Amino acid sequence: MKVDLQQVEEAAKELYIRALKLLPPDVKQGLDRLVAGESDAGAKRVLGTMLKNITVAEDTQTLLCQDTGIPIYNVRIGRGVEVDGHGLKEAIQRGCARSTREYSFRSSIVHPTTRVNEQNSSGRGVPIVHFEFSNEDKTLEMEMIPKGSGSENNSWLKMAIPAEGVDAIKTFVIDCVLEAGGKTCPPTIVGVGVGGTSDLCVHLAKQAATRALGSRCEDPEGAKLEEALTRAVNMLGVGPQGLGGDSTAFAVHVETAATHITMNPVAVNMQCHSARRARATFRPSGIEYGY
Amino acid sequence: MAHHELSAPLSDAQVRALRVNDTVTLHGTLYGIRDATQIHMFDRGRKTRFELSGHAVIHTAPNVKKVAKSAACPAGYEPSCIGTTTSDRMERFTLPLMTQYGVRLVIGKGGLRDESLNAFKELGGAYLAIIGGAAALETTWVEAIEDVDLDDLHPESLWKFRVRGFGPLVVAMDSHGGSLYAQVKSDSRGRRAKALASLGVKS
Repeated sequence: MKVDLQQVEEAAKELYIRALKLLPPDVKQGLDRLVAGESDAGAKRVLGTMLKNITVAEDTQTLLCQDTGIPIYNVRIGRGVEVDGHGLKEAIQRGCARSTREYSFRSSIVHPTTRVNEQNSSGRGVPIVHFEFSNEDKTLEMEMIPKGSGSENNSWLKMAIPAEGVDAIKTFVIDCVLEAGGKTCPPTIVGVGVGGTSDLCVHLAKQAATRALGSRCEDPEGAKLEEALTRAVNMLGVGPQGLGGDSTAFAVHVETAATHITMNPVAVNMQCHSARRARATFRPSGIEYGY
Repeated sequence: MAHHELSAPLSDAQVRALRVNDTVTLHGTLYGIRDATQIHMFDRGRKTRFELSGHAVIHTAPNVKKVAKSAACPAGYEPSCIGTTTSDRMERFTLPLMTQYGVRLVIGKGGLRDESLNAFKELGGAYLAIIGGAAALETTWVEAIEDVDLDDLHPESLWKFRVRGFGPLVVAMDSHGGSLYAQVKSDSRGRRAKALASLGVKS
């Protein structure tokens, strides 16, 4: 399968605006589930407003949230795919900038020291583009995540030591959720990275935070942690928007990697209740849009 | 838990009547303000031509469309998506907003800290919580962008919005020392040991 870079550029452009307007069904179902289980009347009203917002965004074709985020594109290239790799990256960069200009939404990206905004959601190293390779035949997947800053500003890494064990990981997650309070726009997806190097650990936390609700860690040990931590963080009573209630997190997601004999790293990255993502899948039969 | 329909500018008495858990719906003028706006106003000596005394500010940087100036869009901007950002980053600006400009209400998400709570108590102010991330809904409460100042900081300009039925917002910090955030923080920290015990961790 030969990938047409013009189509990639168009898809990169479409994915950004789709992600900003349409919340994935798993997140909507997640909110429904939280409303049904919430015992605090005030928290129930807050969750109800979030659901109403989704309907208004769909009905009026408005962005779900004003934060257009940091644009992240995750590209998975399958077997038998012929593509100019550098050209692919440039096509995504062009599509991202065009989306901002043509749909006239807010560019949230500035130079880190001059704070100059080029008004095209782009700059050095942004959009962030990750490439990986999959075993799927003649398939290229492109996932777009506008990562909001309220949740991103609450990111942590702890280089714990082996003697502190798994307890250090569990304690760290609980303390991060307490520290975040309402700043992350809860209910959140709490992404936890366990193991690896410092940078891989933080990357795993981001992957965990941006995974679809209902998905599970492929590592059975990580999956066990997910279940226990999801129950535990929802005992804290932080609640939607940090105003109190049962619904602090949709879920805790964990991703793991092997680490060094002397290391025990843990990272936390959160995704807000507007857990936006959009996906385009390129196959020989054409392009399919989804979540 | 009373409900208040308010239009700024507000008096000291109107603001001091607000109590935590009350609800407020705003009508009329609302100013939009953000990190860069306040960094320039308070750290770099920039001044605004707007009269903020007695007014409400919201922590925002909106999505707008540039259009020709008209009666409906007097500033040449049409609102496309107006939402609210996390207030905590702007904690240190509450006091100068109130002392230098006479601002009475701050609207945001996630809450402010003790210094702001003290400022609300001393100077007669309150913090109103909006639902963060519910920007599509919030946009329907904004009638127009009436004016804009410091627009070289776009989108972190100082925005003058005309709003109608903006709310209900929850009074989350009041002028009597009440703060829902401090209360929830204290409650949730009190539950830490139980949460850790459920994970088999001794604390």
